[in-house]
Amino acid sequence: MKKLDPRVRIAAAAMGAACALTAGAAYSQAKEQFFPVLVYRTGAYAPNGVPFANGYVDYLKLVNARDGGVGGVKIVYEECDTQYATDRGVECYERLKGKGPTGAAVFHTLSTGITFAVTDKTSTDKIPIITAGYGRSDSMDGTVFKYNFPLNGMYWTAADMLIQHLAKKEGGFDKLKGKKIALVYHDSPFGKEPIALLQERAKMHGYDLTLLPVTHPGVEQKATWLQIRQQRPDYVLLWGWGVMNSTSIKEAVATGYPREKMYGVWWSGAEPDVRPAGDGAKGYNALVFQSPAGRGKVHQDVFKYLHDKGQGTGPKDEVGEVLYNRGLAAAMLSVEGVKRAQVKYGKKPLKGEEVQWGLENLALDDKALAALGFTGFMAPTSTSCADHMGASQSYLHTWDGTKWNKSSDVYAADMQIIKPMVAASAKAYAAEKKVEARDCAKVAAGG
Amino acid sequence: MFYRENGQFKTSYRTDLQVFPIRQDRIFIWALLAVAFVLVPFVASEYTLRALLIPFLIYALAAIGLNLLVGYCGQISLGTGAFMAVGAYAAYNLVVRFPAVNFLVVLVIAGLCAAAFGILFGIPSLRIKGLYLAVATLAAQFFVDWMFARVKWFTNYSSSGSVSTAPIELFGMVVDTPQEKYLFVLSVVVLMALAAKNLVRGHIGRSWMAMRDMDVAAEVIGIRPVYAKLTAFAVSSFVVGIAGALWGFVHLGSWEPAAFNLNLSLRLLFMIIIGGMGSIVGCFFGAAFMWFLPIMLNQLPTTLGIPISTALIAHLELMIVGALIVFFLIVEPHGLARLWSIGKEKLRLWPFPH
Repeated sequence: MKKLDPRVRIAAAAMGAACALTAGAAYSQAKEQFFPVLVYRTGAYAPNGVPFANGYVDYLKLVNARDGGVGGVKIVYEECDTQYATDRGVECYERLKGKGPTGAAVFHTLSTGITFAVTDKTSTDKIPIITAGYGRSDSMDGTVFKYNFPLNGMYWTAADMLIQHLAKKEGGFDKLKGKKIALVYHDSPFGKEPIALLQERAKMHGYDLTLLPVTHPGVEQKATWLQIRQQRPDYVLLWGWGVMNSTSIKEAVATGYPREKMYGVWWSGAEPDVRPAGDGAKGYNALVFQSPAGRGKVHQDVFKYLHDKGQGTGPKDEVGEVLYNRGLAAAMLSVEGVKRAQVKYGKKPLKGEEVQWGLENLALDDKALAALGFTGFMAPTSTSCADHMGASQSYLHTWDGTKWNKSSDVYAADMQIIKPMVAASAKAYAAEKKVEARDCAKVAAGG
Repeated sequence: MFYRENGQFKTSYRTDLQVFPIRQDRIFIWALLAVAFVLVPFVASEYTLRALLIPFLIYALAAIGLNLLVGYCGQISLGTGAFMAVGAYAAYNLVVRFPAVNFLVVLVIAGLCAAAFGILFGIPSLRIKGLYLAVATLAAQFFVDWMFARVKWFTNYSSSGSVSTAPIELFGMVVDTPQEKYLFVLSVVVLMALAAKNLVRGHIGRSWMAMRDMDVAAEVIGIRPVYAKLTAFAVSSFVVGIAGALWGFVHLGSWEPAAFNLNLSLRLLFMIIIGGMGSIVGCFFGAAFMWFLPIMLNQLPTTLGIPISTALIAHLELMIVGALIVFFLIVEPHGLARLWSIGKEKLRLWPFPH
């Protein structure tokens, strides 16, 4: 007799939909700008996800408390925990994109996998996504990826700057010939993205590139480091996230590989990555993204307006840590995008499409950054229709056992090499997805 | 009172062999289908369609595929994610290399590729049983993870190893709005569920169940184990492969090999265990349990306006879902489908139970 059924659940779901609709209606007409916040406070990558999320939310709170919102429009936000899983991330994106009076302003997907899945939907939903320092490397091409903004850098620029640093250390690019460089990477699009550029550079300079993948979440690396012990590469580039980073450093200690010769990408250079390794992490280097560790004027504001009033999101000591600062900077970029769009569209809640224009016309010079309290925590950035990344520059910092110290000059990615790669990859994407590239001259003419 | 079969006589073989022999069941199922096909696309929000119903339907389809193998034939498999991946990547490669082919044909070929793969990894089942077989299918999972991450041809030499799909075109019409996508997935799932239901009622399904219940006895009465087990693997993988292609093309749009990892295999296995092994209805229950419930729990505090931190909500969600799984398995080890049929039995006597 149990032959009934299939879709009884759909009726239940339809009821759920009705609930969702009524909830949406309650928001309408308020002078509020909705900021969706995708975070992962749980799951394998939580130790790194939490400080970022706290920084992001703190900045949104700060803008409300200090400035009374963006141009008088109050910021409302809602967090959704993705657990760094793509399917939950997509669900979160769908859940949050329609909230607030005008829908979501801008998303930070905060995971390469979610970025890939969501990129598809942004063009129909007309909501921009910022993937500062991660995401698709080819998405800096604004003609094809209208709604993607890999602001301030992506994996190819990071890899490029690391190689520049190694060349400088060796005394010139010609000295890299015959050197052995190993890439220890998270075996996912995140870890694989830099390979294309490293191979391109290897062709130019003649170094040997060894690829050593580490499977998610990266706690098992014995085999990888055994290979490093056997091959003794001159340098190890670390492309990890979360627990993988500290495991790598611990394995390096166990293998006796000098930490001074290990260079992490900016996702492998925060306090949660080095602290578990204790003293063993001393001498380990990593790239700095946007903002180093430390406290500046904006942090004083965070204390003044939030923590002193008991409104801070996370613990007090966390303010000024690498990932906290990155969250802060990420939120700042979102807010600045909205602010820029308000210049054109008026000081009212804006649609994602309008925020897209703001992000595409960012002009953050030293003066603007100083006014925001970000002096020393962000390089000047401007974007355009064709260039969705803005300047990508970085330097290295080294862990001394207690804190990160700046340890190199500032490098800028060599766009001569990267631009053609971006163009080729974006073109392939456009062909695959049947997307038509925008003509930026026309966009400019149309205002 | 309402759910009674008094006066419903079966006067022909045809009526005796119906999938739903009771008239009320038939009315109910037609009403349900009408709601799903006609009403839902109109009233459901985009969120409900894209984030809830489409993944649910695809999960249910994959669960049906797995249930054919595990629930009906008794061959435990931990490689469902792998078979889904084969379906998804096969469909991707077909679309990339032969863009003119109709997507329905692509789906079928993707299913066939997965079926071939399933047969290959089903061969060990002829020699080993139970948990040992589970370990052998685990090998399929790891092999496929490795293959799609390493062999660049499968991902069309994409630099990051992830692939993006073109929009689906059916007979010159692009399936891109949530409503169209939902209807497309729903049609496929309904057809496949109906086919699966009929398959397990026929001689193939009966031979699978005989294998499951006692393989030696089945062999004695003339069922060939090679044929029964391998067809189970083939049909199961076919269905799972189509689910994988839908998951990639309709739900995700772009994916990386990790989208079909071991987690997915385990989740599908939980779905059929909770939903009910050897039951097609159970697959829908299980998929709903594992997909809707966590999301509903996650949204509940925000909807009710209770200020709880995101982290706590996420942790509570895991704890409550975990506790509910244990609870349901203790209360009814045969799954939600069994609860459903008990409910129906009770309803037939209501309001005058003897």
